[in-house]
Amino acid sequence: MTPENEDDLAQMITGASGPLRIVGGGTRPIGRCAGEALSTAQLSGITLYEPGALTLVAKAGTPVAEIETALAAENQRLAFEPMDHRALLGTKGTPTIGGVVAANVSGPRRISVGACRDFMLGVRFVDGTGTIIKNGGRVMKNVTGYDLVKLLTGSYGTLGVLTEVSLKVLPAVATQATLTLDGLDDATAIAAMSASLSSPYEVTGVAHDPATGKTCFRLEGFADSVAYRADALAKALAKFGTLDVVDDARTVKATWAAIRDVAAFADQPGDVWRLSVKPSDAAGIVAGIGAKAVQYDWGGGLIWALTQGGDLRAALGDFKGHATLIRGTADVPTFQPESAPLAAITAGLRAKFDPRGILNPGIMS
Amino acid sequence: MEMPTPNAAVISRKDQIVARLAKVLPPDAVISDIRETKAYECDGLTAYRCPPMCAVLPANTGEVVAVLKICHEMGVPVVPRGSGTSLAGGALPTADCVILGVAKMNAVIETNYDDRYIRVQSGRTNLSVTGAVEQNGFFYAPDPSSQLACAIAGNIAMNSGGAHCLKYGVTTNNLLGITMVMMDGTVVEIGGAHLDAGGLDLLGVICGSEGQLGVVTEATLRILHKPEGARPVLMGYDSSEVAGQVVTDIIKAGVLPVAIEFMDRPCIEATENFAKAGYPMCEALLIVEVEGSDAEIDAQLALIMKIAASHNPVELREAKDAEEAGRIWLGRKSAFGAMGQINDYMCLDGTIPVSSLPHVLRRIGEMSKQFGLDVGNVFHAGDGNMHPLILFDANKPGDLELCEEFGAEILKLCVEVGGCLTGEHGVGIEKRDLMNVQFAPADIEAQMAVKDVFDPAWLLNAAKVFPLASSEPRRAA
Ligand SMILES: Cc1cc2nc3c(=O)[nH]c(=O)nc-3n(C[C@H](O)[C@H](O)[C@H](O)COP(=O)(O)OP(=O)(O)OC[C@H]3O[C@@H](n4cnc5c(N)ncnc54)[C@H](O)[C@@H]3O)c2cc1C
Repeated sequence: MTPENEDDLAQMITGASGPLRIVGGGTRPIGRCAGEALSTAQLSGITLYEPGALTLVAKAGTPVAEIETALAAENQRLAFEPMDHRALLGTKGTPTIGGVVAANVSGPRRISVGACRDFMLGVRFVDGTGTIIKNGGRVMKNVTGYDLVKLLTGSYGTLGVLTEVSLKVLPAVATQATLTLDGLDDATAIAAMSASLSSPYEVTGVAHDPATGKTCFRLEGFADSVAYRADALAKALAKFGTLDVVDDARTVKATWAAIRDVAAFADQPGDVWRLSVKPSDAAGIVAGIGAKAVQYDWGGGLIWALTQGGDLRAALGDFKGHATLIRGTADVPTFQPESAPLAAITAGLRAKFDPRGILNPGIMS
Repeated sequence: MEMPTPNAAVISRKDQIVARLAKVLPPDAVISDIRETKAYECDGLTAYRCPPMCAVLPANTGEVVAVLKICHEMGVPVVPRGSGTSLAGGALPTADCVILGVAKMNAVIETNYDDRYIRVQSGRTNLSVTGAVEQNGFFYAPDPSSQLACAIAGNIAMNSGGAHCLKYGVTTNNLLGITMVMMDGTVVEIGGAHLDAGGLDLLGVICGSEGQLGVVTEATLRILHKPEGARPVLMGYDSSEVAGQVVTDIIKAGVLPVAIEFMDRPCIEATENFAKAGYPMCEALLIVEVEGSDAEIDAQLALIMKIAASHNPVELREAKDAEEAGRIWLGRKSAFGAMGQINDYMCLDGTIPVSSLPHVLRRIGEMSKQFGLDVGNVFHAGDGNMHPLILFDANKPGDLELCEEFGAEILKLCVEVGGCLTGEHGVGIEKRDLMNVQFAPADIEAQMAVKDVFDPAWLLNAAKVFPLASSEPRRAA
């Protein structure tokens, strides 16, 4: 099914007799569900872009690339830097903004500017009964009624099919630089990353790759400011070693795109898990799971783990955070099982928004 | 503003209810004497008052559980309360309710500088959160003007913002986790020191739900290292169109100031008479603040000053030192107080797309003549959040109603140009009946469905947010 517009979509959902599998670009097959494919491909196009107000509204099926091109022309960007899952998951297709929002996809800059959900200003969606619902709007500050915008962001289509999203965008930056420390063990690298994030120097990316031994810090802004902060950060982190500075725009961009897309795991066999944890717990957690490889982002708060397969959660035990199976065959829940009261709330919400249980059923279990 | 008829059956059982509450709380934590419950009769929207049936002041999550279990069992409405500074009537009691105040719950539970968070009990005031970490160079970013008094509980319930949210976001962008007690006494832990929810973003929908989904007892908040410095510039223009263009040009140039504040002539005049900050008399005044090291500030301000100068300012003043910076902010910070000196005022809070600023200001000016009430505009110009202050005389019969009518027209205008009814103060009772202007019935139904899940009996702060006619079948059930 490929609805041509929102009303069309509403009718299709109303008339659906069985489960629907909602597809944007099909590049992020995270979680499993069966059902007739429902594509948002025809719900496409930027409906409003006001650079001076830092806002952009687009239909859910709009390719992310189209949005990024429009933004670049005005020297702006999606600051949360959504990851491109294609290489890691071996998918083809065109990532859509609806897919980004439905999966709350963010990148390394999440640690400084926030996640996709933090840039979401408004949504239109069709719920499981075929009702068209809007929430939020196109302005940056809005507390009118409940924030269903956040609830829908990251709900993987289980509460409704997004038809339009409005986003806060930010100015692009004049200069970027990567500062690198070499040869730190995990725990020391995390200490160094925490020190950088606890400084006033506005680091916008902090990642560590144990395989290469490199700990990377990103600075962005006007050239003089980046130079000043690079100096200041080098002094602040002197006890961890000497920082190597790279400020060639293309190299910096490539480095952070590789971190964002977990490029190192793309061609390696095995399951890929994504863990959100308290940064100071990260090294200890990694030591306990026996992964083939790991990569730390968000100053240690995000762990990408490549494993042989099986249930990583068994090794994790009772830990503070959550683990999601992003790629793999393990017969385990994709998402971290929730405490009983939260699971009851979640089930209650699904029953309200999708009483027949036809929207991506089971995808978030 | 209409309120539902209090439930007489509940009020008739007051003695039993109070007796049961007294069994689970210390003696000084249950307030039922009418002379004392009066202290809770209103919040910052002082035009509306109603003493609650009783008030309780639990000291921890366990006591909140005990209170809510009793109220749930006995079918007693509960209105959560932080510091009572809501400007929307969010904490306004009903005559049949128990006010559950979290003011006693003000402890810091944990501070962690490596992982950059603080965990507090929810009754702790906003400013004292920063107070707890500033000796280490950290701060809690959301800074509502009421920050000396308002509690984190109220900030979470209203998703409050502040002058610096252009850069740092509002409460929801700085909230990592909560402990919340649901109406039936169930305790839920959501989030924590890690980022982003595992499942649905329940934290996201609870933040801003105005005390209708549960009672928040503890919160984990993101803290940040303070910037090296900050400095404002002041600029004055002959028209709001030009000032609006300056804001757009600054944003388009790729600078992201931490604050862009706007004041119009009536507001400038009032604050000048009151605070004597030395503001120029002009149609539109902007205060733009940037952060960073001295050199970074110089560089950003140079760019901003160049843009400002290219639009023929009547005044352009850069703070050279802390004293001058203080003077630039003085007028803005005393704007509400200054307007209050002239008369009673009502503070609105709609948001508009920045591009419609000149149109909206012109229309507000026209309406001001039509209603015969003066209005001044203070405005977070970077994000479109307006604060029109309508002056009225509370002692003059009919003036409050006229002012409310005028206010409603302004908010309708905000929606008409693509904005919303409230940017940071919340709906409460104040904008409850205007929700239909912004939302279709299905949009409101979807929001109420969320409340059904958390509070099926609609006992928690039920007379707020939704038009009474819309929530009536649920409240009556
Ligand atoms: C002079 C002045 C300036 C202001 N400036 C700003 C500003 O710049 N930005 C801004 O955003 N707001 C501002 N406000 C509005 C107000 O301060 C905020 O809404 C604030 O967050 C309310 O906090 P409070 O603790 O006083 O909450 P209260 O007024 O006590 O309650 C507010 C809401 O929170 C609910 N609530 C309270 N405690 C809990 C709990 N434990 N669990 C669940 N729900 C709860 C209440 O039921 C109510 O709906 C201002 C108010 C004043 C008087």
